[in-house]
Formats: sequence, C-alpha cells, structure tokens
Amino acid sequence: MAEKRGRNLGKIKGFSIQFLPYSEIRGLGSDERIRKILGIILANNILILQGRLKADEETRLIGDTMAMIGHVKDFKGIELAVISSSNGGNRAVNKMKEELVNIITGGDVSAITIIGPATIVKEMKRNPKKIELLLNK
Amino acid sequence: MALKIFKNFIKRMFSNLFKNKKEIKLGFYGPPNAGKTSLANRICKDFTGEELGSVSKVPHETRNVQFKEKVEIDYKGKKLTFKLVDTPGIATKIDYEDFLKYNMKKGDAKQRAKEATEGVVESIKWLDDMDLVVVVLDAAENPYNQVNITIIGNLVARKIPILIVANKIDMKKADMKKIEAAFPEYEVVGISAKYGKNLEEFYESVFKLSKKVK
Repeated sequence: MAEKRGRNLGKIKGFSIQFLPYSEIRGLGSDERIRKILGIILANNILILQGRLKADEETRLIGDTMAMIGHVKDFKGIELAVISSSNGGNRAVNKMKEELVNIITGGDVSAITIIGPATIVKEMKRNPKKIELLLNK
Repeated sequence: MALKIFKNFIKRMFSNLFKNKKEIKLGFYGPPNAGKTSLANRICKDFTGEELGSVSKVPHETRNVQFKEKVEIDYKGKKLTFKLVDTPGIATKIDYEDFLKYNMKKGDAKQRAKEATEGVVESIKWLDDMDLVVVVLDAAENPYNQVNITIIGNLVARKIPILIVANKIDMKKADMKKIEAAFPEYEVVGISAKYGKNLEEFYESVFKLSKKVK
C-alpha cells in the first residue's frame, strides 16, 4: 500500500521547494518577513527557511494565514515545522550556545523552518530529530 | 519609628488581602479536540454547578472565546478566584472538507470553517490577557506539533506561567512519557477531563503556579 502511494506522487500538479537563507529576512521587520513568507507559500512553494521566526512572528503567521482562508482561492492554510539544534543533549548548554550565536548572527540561524501550503503538504510529522512531509495526492 | 512599622504592617496586610482576592485569568489553550472545554467544564461544574461550553467529536466545536468569571476553587482549605477563559483550538490549516466526514452539510461545513478561522485569530489575541495558561494536549497525539511549540514559545516570551496538561490519559494510545520528553522544562500533569481522573494533582499544580502570577 505504501509503495502504491509512493508511485502516485506523479499525480501532484506541481510544486517547488524554495530555500531562503536567513540573510534574506534578517533586515526585515515582522510585517515584511511574514509577507515574504506568505508570498512564497501562495505561489505553491514549500519553503525551507534557514533559522526560525520569533515566537510572536510565528503566531502572527498563523493569524494571517487564518485570515486568508476563504479569501484566497483554494487556500486552506499551512503546515509548519521547526527543527532546532537545541532538541536533545544538554539543554542549558545548548541554550547558552544558541543565545551566543543569535547575538553574533542577529537571529536564530541554528534552526530550520519548513512551511508548506496545506493544499500540497498534507501533514508534517516530526520528532526531535526528523521531519517527514506527507504530500497530498 | 513604631508608628512607621505599624503603618507598613497594615499596608502589607491590605495589599495581601487584595492580592488574594484578585481574579486570576486562567486560559485554556491548545490544538483542536485536545479537551480544553471538557476540562473547563469539569472545573466549572465542580465549583459552580454549571458548564462553560459544548463539546463534540467534530473539531473546532469551540469557535469563540468563552469565559466564566468568579469561579472560586477551593482546594485543601485554600481558596482562589479565577476567570476561566476557554479558547478555540489553534490550528495552522482549516479545510471545510474535513467536516464533511462528520456528515455535515456543505454549507454548514463552510460556515464552521469560517468561524473556526476567526476563532483561531481570537485565541491568539487573548494570549496577552492571560495571567496563567493551561496548555491542554491530547496525550494520545504526537506532542511535537508546531502549534504546541508556538503557543508555549509565545507564553514564555510573555512571561506567563504555564502548566501542561496531558488529557485523555484513559485512552490506550496515551503516552505521558512522550509528552514529558517533549517539554522537559515544564510540569506535565496527566488527567482525564472526561472521567475526572487525577484532577487533584491538576488543582495542586494550578495553585502552586498561581503563586507565580504577577
């Protein structure tokens, strides 16, 4: 059954994966960051972002996404996952390291954020060390 | 000097008196269908005799923030007054077609989806108003859902005390250890809101955490 599902990948109408280095959003304000990300998602891309958004930006992204459902044709929302190097190991030491890196780089670049439109990404299954993307047929 | 000490004593006594009388805004946050309303209902029924909202197997049953004021919880002789705030489940996607699986008519499903999206926005707006938040998770589901992490991240950024509740521990698939492993920095209490299991530990944790409310 799983093999059969795998072969059906050809039925997906089309999408691309776009990588966005943190340097592309470092200088942007929260509004511009979210606009940029949503622009990429609405063009049917799966976004791999170096780093992660701030906590309040993540909720704003969710809020803005909700506001678009029903107003943008066929848009059903997003799937979102963040995988961070701080998962596992000595958390206190990792946190200190992270904060130091954040000061130097001007943001959290140690994480990877994956965002995809729900029309393409059915589910993002994650555990501390792995993210699985299940795509819609 | 003696007068000054006496004045300070009176002042402290009154401020403590008012501090204790203060209504603590206790929010219930989490993903849809985790049991936020079931837990809020259980507390309300135990201490006021009334329920707060309706529950359903269909996700996004709570689509508006609903609250109950002046809920006085009496635990082991101590009393605290809460404003219970039950919020709609936070999600990153809402598809009306998911509701059709529950034999809902297309029009009703679309309306429910519309209200659910508005509910998520409302939930997020209320985050700023909370004194204390209970993050309700389904113990049978994968805790590494980004919504859970985002909610907790926001509460930490706002310095709001958090209690994580792993609900539905009565279910076979429930895995408390997995929830605890996902959030090792927080206290996790396993309960069954439906059957009223382990609520004593829940109240104890809420009272303990209430001391951190500013």
